[in-house]
Amino acid sequence: MSSAHGQGPKAPHAFMQHHYNTPEQQAGAAKLGMWVFLATEVLMFSGLFLAYFIVRMFYPDMVLGSHELLSKTMGGINTVVLLTSSFTMAMAVRAAQVGNTPAILRNLYLTIGCALIFMVVKYFEYTGKFAHGIFPGKYFDYARAAEYAHEHGHELVGLPHIFFGIYFCMTGLHGVHVLVGIGVMVWLVFRAKRGHFGPQYFTPVENVGLYWHIVDLVWIFLFPLLYLVK
Amino acid sequence: MVTADKSSSPGGDHAREPSFYTSQKGLKSWLFTLDHKRLGMMYLVSTMIFFFVGGVAALSLRTELLTPELDVFSATTYNKLFTVHGAVMVFLVIIPSVPGAMGNFLLPLMLGAKDVAFPRLNLLSFYIYTLGAVFFLITLLTGSLDTGWTFYTPYSTSTGTAVISATFGAFILGFSSILTGLNFLVTVHKMRAPGLTWNRLPLFVWAIYSTAVIQILATPVLAITLMLLIIERTLNIGIFDPAMGGDPVLFQHFFWFYSHPAVYIMILPGFGIISELVAVHSRKHIFGYKAIALSSVAIAIISFLVWGHHMFVSGQSELAGVVFSFLTFAVAVPTAIKVFSWVATLYKGSIEFNTPMLYALAFLFTFTIGGLTGVFLGALSVDIHLHDTYFVVAHFHYVMMGGTIIAFIGGIHHWWGKMTGRMFNETHGRWGCLLVFIGFNVTFFSQFLVGQQGMPRRYATYVPQFQNIHVISTIGSYILGVGLLWTAIYLLRSLKSGAQASDNPYGGASLEWITQSPPIEHNFHGQPRVDTDPYNFPQIDRSGGMDHH
Repeated sequence: MSSAHGQGPKAPHAFMQHHYNTPEQQAGAAKLGMWVFLATEVLMFSGLFLAYFIVRMFYPDMVLGSHELLSKTMGGINTVVLLTSSFTMAMAVRAAQVGNTPAILRNLYLTIGCALIFMVVKYFEYTGKFAHGIFPGKYFDYARAAEYAHEHGHELVGLPHIFFGIYFCMTGLHGVHVLVGIGVMVWLVFRAKRGHFGPQYFTPVENVGLYWHIVDLVWIFLFPLLYLVK
Repeated sequence: MVTADKSSSPGGDHAREPSFYTSQKGLKSWLFTLDHKRLGMMYLVSTMIFFFVGGVAALSLRTELLTPELDVFSATTYNKLFTVHGAVMVFLVIIPSVPGAMGNFLLPLMLGAKDVAFPRLNLLSFYIYTLGAVFFLITLLTGSLDTGWTFYTPYSTSTGTAVISATFGAFILGFSSILTGLNFLVTVHKMRAPGLTWNRLPLFVWAIYSTAVIQILATPVLAITLMLLIIERTLNIGIFDPAMGGDPVLFQHFFWFYSHPAVYIMILPGFGIISELVAVHSRKHIFGYKAIALSSVAIAIISFLVWGHHMFVSGQSELAGVVFSFLTFAVAVPTAIKVFSWVATLYKGSIEFNTPMLYALAFLFTFTIGGLTGVFLGALSVDIHLHDTYFVVAHFHYVMMGGTIIAFIGGIHHWWGKMTGRMFNETHGRWGCLLVFIGFNVTFFSQFLVGQQGMPRRYATYVPQFQNIHVISTIGSYILGVGLLWTAIYLLRSLKSGAQASDNPYGGASLEWITQSPPIEHNFHGQPRVDTDPYNFPQIDRSGGMDHH
C-alpha cells in the first residue's frame, strides 16, 4: 500500500501507483478525472450565471445603471493578464512534456505572477467599491453609492444591491479559484524543482493547466456580462 | 464455464491469505486506509448509525401522531424532529448508503481491479462525509432546524434556527458525493479487467455508473444553491428573498434541479442491487440486459428535465406545468422497462426463496406501488388535490424506503458473506424480511388513504376523523422498527457465531465471487480475465430460449 504515496527514486516511473497496470492507464484516469472535475466546476458556476440572467431579466434598467460603477479599465487589464497567464501555462505544460525543467519553472513563475497581478487589481477594485458604500446585500449604502454614481455622471435605479450581490458572488467565487490555482502552481514549482516532470510523467502539470484554462475561461464570460452590459 | 477461465489463477489454487481485515492491524490502518473495501465497511457502519438516528426521529413522530392533539412534543419540537428525520435520512443515509457502502466495496471487485481509480480521493470523500455529518450534528445540538429538508425560502432566510450550519453541512456532503461519483465514473472507464467490455458489466456497475453521472452533473448546482442561500441569509443579497427584491420560486427551481435528479441518485443504485439479486437467486440469465443497462442511463438523462413537477402549485407558468407533467410521465417508461425485465427474469427461473430474494420480491411490490403513485402525482390536475398531503409522504416513502432501503438491506444480505466472511441465520432473515415488509406496508399504505382524504403533511395535530388511520400507521411503524432491530441483531450476532461463508455461497457469476470471502487486500491473485457475461450461470435453465451472446 505504501507504494501509493510515490516515494522512491526520482526516475520517470517513480509515480506509478500500485493499483494501475500501466502508466498509460494511470495518466488516462487522471486526465479523465480532471475533465469530469472541470465539468462540475462549470455546472457550479452555471448556477451563478443563471441567477445573473434571471436578475438581468427582472431588472434590466437596474443592471444597466449599476454596471457603470464597475471599472472597465481594471476589468480589461485583468482580462489581458489572465489571457497571458493561460499562454504561459500552456508553455509550462509543453516544457514538462519535453522535460525542460528550467522552462517549466520560468513559465510557472510567470503564470503565478499574472495570477498575483490579477488578485492585486481585484483588491483595488473591491476596496474602491467598499470606499463608496458599495457592499453586497443589506450592507449596500444606497445614499453614498448614488452620490458616487452622480459624480461620475450616472444614475442608480431600482435595487442595485442585487447587482452588486451577484457581482461579489461571481467574482468572489472566481477569485477563490484563482487563489487555489496559485496554491497548486506553487506545489508544481516544488515538484518541478525536484525534477519530477519529464516526457514519461507530466500529468500534474497538464491537469493544473486544464484547471487554469477553465479559471481563465470563466473570467472571459464574467468580464463582458458584468462590465460591458448594453 | 465461468470461474475457471475468468482468472488465470483463481482463488482456489492458493493457500488462504489473510483477508483485508487482518492484513494490516491497528486503528491507524483503518483511519488512513486507501483500501476501497475498508472504506466501504466504514461507510456501511456510519450510514447504519445515522439510519438509527433518523429512525428514532421517525418513530417519535409517529408516536406524537397517535392522537389528534399535541401530547408528547411541542409543535416546535415536532417541526425539528421531522426536519432531522428528513435531512438525516436523505443526506446522511440514503444518498451515501448504496454508492458509499456497497459501491465502494463491490465496484472494484466486480471490475476485476485492485482498487478504485483514485484511492486517496476516496479516503478524502469519506472524511468530507464525516465533516458534513459533524455539521449536521452541530445543528442538532444548537437550536436545531425547522425548515424541512427542502430549506424553502423565504422561511429558511428568516427562521431563527440553525439553517446556516445545516446547509453548510449539506454543502460539504455534496462535495463528498461529487468526488465519489467522479471516482466511480473514472474507475468504470479505466479500471475494467481485460475482456470486461461494457456489455459484460454487471448491472450493478451500470447502475452505479449512471448514479455517478447524476452526482457529477447535479450536485454542483446544489452546492451553489446552498452557498447562495447562506449568502442570502447572512448578507440579504436579494436573489431569493422577496423582501429584498428576490424570487423565492427561483430557489425552488435551483433546489429541485438538483434534488429531483438526487431522487434518482438514491434509487438507481437500488435498481442495480435488484438486478443482481433477481438474476442470481432465480439462477437465470437476466432478461433484457441492454434494456436494463440503458434504461439506467435514460433515467439519468430524463431526471434532469422533470424538476418542475415539484412546483405545480408554486406559481410557475401553466405551459411549464404541462411540459413538466409530460416529461414526468416519460421518466416512468425506462423505470417500467426495468420492472418488466425483472419479472421476466423470474419467469421460469429456479427461484430460491432465501432472504436476499425475499427482499428483491418485496422491492418489486413496494417499488411498483411507489413508482405508479408517482405517476398519479405527476398528473397536473391530480397533483393539485394531492399536493403536500400524506399521499406524497406515502409515495416517496414507498420509493425511498420501499425501494432504496429494501434493496439496500437485500444487498447487505446478498453480499454479507462476501463482506464479512460469515453467513447469517437464514430463518431469522426470512422472519426479519416478513416483519419489515408487513410493518412497512401497514405504515405507509394507510398514509395513501389519509392523504387522499386531505390530511396535510408536516402537521403535528389533525382533525379527529383521521385518528384511526394514524393509529394504524403508527402501529405499522412499530412493527417496522422491530423488524429492523431484529435484522440488525441477527446480522451482528452472525459476525461472532455465523457459519463460515464460502467464496461463492449463491453461485453468482460476476467477478467478486471468484475471490475469497472476505477478499484479500489486493482483491485477486493475479489479473482476472473475463470472456463471458456476468449472468451466464452454470446449469442455467435455457428453456426460456434466451439468447445472451
